[in-house]
Amino acid sequence: MNAVAARRSVGSMRRHFVTPEGVDLQLSLGTAGARAGAFMVDALLMVALLVAVTLFLLYLRVKQLDQFLMILWLIGFFLLRNFWFVLFEMGRRGATPGKRLTGLRVVARDGDRLTGAAVVARNAMREIEIFLPLSFLAAQASEGLADSFLTIFALGWSGIFLFFPLFNRDRLRVGDLVAGTWVVEARREALSSDLVGEPRGHRRQFPEAALAAYGIYELQRLEQVLRGEQPAAVATVAHTIRDKFAIASDGDDYGFLSDFYAELCHRLEQGLMLGRCRQSKHNDT
Amino acid sequence: MSGPLVNATRFRAEHSADWERLDQLVTRLERKSLRSLSDDDLLDLPRLYRSTLSSLSVARDTSLDRSLLTYLEQLSTRAYFQIYGVQTSPGRQVLRFFARGWPLAIQALWRELLFCAVLTAASALAAFLLVRGDPDWFYGIIPQGMAAGRDPAASTAFLRGTLYGNERDGLMVFATFLFTHNAQIAIFAFALGFAFAVPSVLLITYNGLMLGAIFAVFAAHGLAHNLAGWLLIHGTTELLAICVAGAAGIRIGLALAFPGAAQRMEALVAAGRTAATAMLGAVLMLSVAGILEGVGRQTITDDGLRLLVGAVALAGWLLYFFLPRRTVDEAR
Repeated sequence: MNAVAARRSVGSMRRHFVTPEGVDLQLSLGTAGARAGAFMVDALLMVALLVAVTLFLLYLRVKQLDQFLMILWLIGFFLLRNFWFVLFEMGRRGATPGKRLTGLRVVARDGDRLTGAAVVARNAMREIEIFLPLSFLAAQASEGLADSFLTIFALGWSGIFLFFPLFNRDRLRVGDLVAGTWVVEARREALSSDLVGEPRGHRRQFPEAALAAYGIYELQRLEQVLRGEQPAAVATVAHTIRDKFAIASDGDDYGFLSDFYAELCHRLEQGLMLGRCRQSKHNDT
Repeated sequence: MSGPLVNATRFRAEHSADWERLDQLVTRLERKSLRSLSDDDLLDLPRLYRSTLSSLSVARDTSLDRSLLTYLEQLSTRAYFQIYGVQTSPGRQVLRFFARGWPLAIQALWRELLFCAVLTAASALAAFLLVRGDPDWFYGIIPQGMAAGRDPAASTAFLRGTLYGNERDGLMVFATFLFTHNAQIAIFAFALGFAFAVPSVLLITYNGLMLGAIFAVFAAHGLAHNLAGWLLIHGTTELLAICVAGAAGIRIGLALAFPGAAQRMEALVAAGRTAATAMLGAVLMLSVAGILEGVGRQTITDDGLRLLVGAVALAGWLLYFFLPRRTVDEAR
């Protein structure tokens, strides 16, 4: 069992995705929260655009152009409602502004290129997921009499489709289901600094017991703490390790931890080379 | 052991120049397009991509630096999608849609399309006979607002006026409104296919019923062929488009209910993509119908000519869809 297979916890949001070169990219699926957030952003942008353009046209109000402007508005509204998502997702990033903001992109599930047909299919399905229940409710509100059966039906319907992504492992919308797509994380990350760097002559020495106590999981938690540079967290972790193995404090928590990290990392990597992979402190090699 | 203590350090020292260069290229690709890269960049891109991929697989097995892995993963992923997962140029896509995608999708849907056409005709005939037998049926079929006075109680002169009177101002606006409304219905019929196609079938049926009911009213005053001219100049295109949208929805419902030999999910995806292409075409057809209605009907007031235009349009569509084409793969 290599380090990779072990890092994939069951039920995680990561999926195999093997490139033609034979490397598994292990894509992370977008979380339901990020997806909902992206949709909200897009919806707000669409409404804002619609309101702005409408106000602008009202402000123009040229008598001779009245009909023309009306036609323009109708066509514009139609295109905005149905093709906002399509046009953006067909671009090079495969993401609407909302998705871009939340670091998501649309991808074909089979690893193929995302075709126009797939993008149209996944977004046309939104009609029954979002707009139909909405128009139901709008009709209800305008009539002012809540026909309880219809309201319950509309709510039930929208509930099924709205929460559909939560009921399957791959967080698929009905549109994703029909189009064969899924939404994955496409974050941009900068390369963070090297925690260990070149060997220095005067590293702290640690007792064998301390280095033998931990595994890869603890090492990577320690990495998080060091990169986070929260004084409180650094102090707590350093204190814990010192207490556990009776090491005297030298007043430099951060230095202590980085040295400990370097030694532990070195040790575990050598273990990897020899085929010993220690996942966490609860595993024996 | 001399040299760097851990693999991540060694790795960064050896490859980070490549990674950073790839990062720059990919970022530029994401922002603009392929044209923004120079020839050297284009030659470098595959090499950098492959070396980054191999860095990733080596790092996964030898390095425990979590942030290095995360960085390499996101970089490789972004590069992969810029190199493999990107669309052909928009122009070429549009061309392919018209040359192959759309007609082939319709050809793939011919059974469903025939079913929708027959269903429309049958429900029109049924409504026609019902309303001729008992005019009260009309009010059950067509909502008051849509009839706009064209009901069994109207006089012959009024009905004739609606067909030839130089109709009220704002007809273009009305035609546009009808187009967006119908296009929304078409998209809807496609989406409702997911509910096992039942709502799509109901939409098609209701469409046919309304057609028949209106015909019955005008036929009672001997205006049937006049109405046919008024309606069919754009109606052939419009009815065909609505049938296409219904057929698209039915295809999805059928794939969901009877996936046949394929897995249900795969059948659904194949059907979904074909149906979406056809549905997009239906929206385009409806825009043509809108132009015929708003412009053509205004300028052509002769029944025979109106019918001729409608017939030519229908023949044109059918020729375009069903002329034999080389099928390389399924319409996507």
